[in-house]
Amino acid sequence: MIDVNRQGEVWVFGEQHGGQLEDTPIELMSKARHLADTLGVKLGTALLGNGVKDLAPRLIHYGADKVYVVEHPLLKVYQTNSYAKVMYDLIHKYEPQVVLYGATITGRDLAPRIASAAKAGLTADCTDLQIGDHEISKSGEVHKNLLFQIRPAFGGNIIATIINYDRWPQMATVREGVMPPAEPDVSRKGEIIEEKAEISQEDLPLEILEEHKRAKKVNLKAARIIVAGGAGVGSKENFKLIWGLANCLGAAPAGSRAAVDLGFIDHDHQVGQTGTTVRPSLYIAVGISGAIQHQAGMSQSQKIIAINNDAEAPIFQVAHYKIIGDLNEVVPKVIKAIKEKGYSILDARCSMLDT
Amino acid sequence: MNEDGTVNRGALPAIFNPEDLNALELAVQIKDKFGGKITVITMGLPAASEILRDSLFRGADEAILITDMRCAASDTLATSYILSCAVKKVGDCDIVLCGRQAIDGDTAQVGPQLAEKLGVPQITYMEELTELDGKAITARRNIGNGWQQVRTKLPVLLTVTGDANEPRVAAAKKMMKCKKARTPVEVEQQIKAENPKADEADIKALVDHKCSELEEKGLLIKQWDLDFIGADLSWCGRSGSPTKVHRIQSIVLGAKESKNVEANEEGISDMIHELIEDRIIS
Repeated sequence: MIDVNRQGEVWVFGEQHGGQLEDTPIELMSKARHLADTLGVKLGTALLGNGVKDLAPRLIHYGADKVYVVEHPLLKVYQTNSYAKVMYDLIHKYEPQVVLYGATITGRDLAPRIASAAKAGLTADCTDLQIGDHEISKSGEVHKNLLFQIRPAFGGNIIATIINYDRWPQMATVREGVMPPAEPDVSRKGEIIEEKAEISQEDLPLEILEEHKRAKKVNLKAARIIVAGGAGVGSKENFKLIWGLANCLGAAPAGSRAAVDLGFIDHDHQVGQTGTTVRPSLYIAVGISGAIQHQAGMSQSQKIIAINNDAEAPIFQVAHYKIIGDLNEVVPKVIKAIKEKGYSILDARCSMLDT
Repeated sequence: MNEDGTVNRGALPAIFNPEDLNALELAVQIKDKFGGKITVITMGLPAASEILRDSLFRGADEAILITDMRCAASDTLATSYILSCAVKKVGDCDIVLCGRQAIDGDTAQVGPQLAEKLGVPQITYMEELTELDGKAITARRNIGNGWQQVRTKLPVLLTVTGDANEPRVAAAKKMMKCKKARTPVEVEQQIKAENPKADEADIKALVDHKCSELEEKGLLIKQWDLDFIGADLSWCGRSGSPTKVHRIQSIVLGAKESKNVEANEEGISDMIHELIEDRIIS
């Protein structure tokens, strides 16, 4: 636990695996840059690994003022205990006021372990971060310039802003894909600080016997158009409607959590709080009721079309085009309209649906 | 919601968190194969005893309810501290199983924080138990874009995902039996209700008798408070929780401009035309 320290830096955990930087530190950097500027402090990143120093300039290009590089042969592969120990030591030494992690599997495995050791607060899976003041209503005491850790909460249509004013650092994991990365500036200069890791074999209680990684079949984040189906589509068989419309538009097919849980489509295609957060030019939601968890993953889309037979479905609250009707009738009409307008990536693809 | 933005748990039914069922199922599978004893611990309001009755018919040997008003407003750090005190009170254990995350907060933080407080390694996002002997465990964990096979010595803490297994359904007979399990406080309430005129000494005698009867049948749910588990109160409840709620907003993420499109060919055709004009479809 560190004291409230107004000069403390803002930090981002520079998650990397096998010498490859993850997307999350890059995404976090533009928001963290803004937070650091608002507070008038430096932006630091902690880069742990072995042979990872070469990644430091990239973090600087994306906005870091300082990169704390900790290299050690035992840090080559991520393990909870070794990484948590090194991060804890760094936090103890430099006393940052804010430490941010991507809400990746690694981030969500690591950050709570550090928070527990540091007896510090941690908010999971934030979708926004701001700097603001908090007044304690009973005493009138005001805590200035705190990290507002903002996240959807408790199922319903609720957004909670969480703070920690007395026990620092203020830590949060941030959902993947919600923070748009800044353009890198290759002329940016920063400081690289090399730190030693005080770890031994004892800090690696796990033996990693085997590891299998697969390339993601789909990159929803990069898609310009997304056609997503929900439980309302009814069956895996009927999900071909979604694939048909997506093919017709050159779009990525996707699904809500309900559709994934029902086995209509693979988890790689899931949009929403526990899936991917997307912001395409056009998002077509078919048979998706639109719980807040789903909205959190797609409400930033430029245009949203919602097709649902329930006029009260929450998805209509975020839709630009509301179509109330049976998706089995509406979707073929949309495909037909697209074909008629002469717009289609490949006519052959549209005809897939006719089979 | 309470005024301070914490959740008013009293207004909510206690439910068995789905991934905790997977954790319990895994514990039962381990016991079936290797023996051992399963203790289920939950922290909550007295009504959370319902979950513990469920645990007993699903295969737990012992159920413990941590209930204390001073637990109120605990965040994940305080919760994991209180649970760590309870686990230590239970005594030596080889494997601590948790669900990966709860469906209310979705934080997935209590498992790793509990592991840190107990000083044991953690295997999070566990989806399959590969091998177990008296000393070590091999398990497969999800790493997002793939999986990892890891091995570690016991004791260990596991957080179990919904993919790990299908929780079994208990036999009706066992379910009926375990529905009779009670905490001492519940026994007392019941006896007081049944004997409104009895004096305190009589009530106590009746309660003691009923409790030992339940205990013999394995149907007594233990109820512990923070004093009993030796928790340092400064690390519990509100004072033990660094995170506070600044604000709760009920928000509707409304689209700025929205149009109702008729679900007919003309309406849909106009919409597609507009999207092409606006270069949304290009």
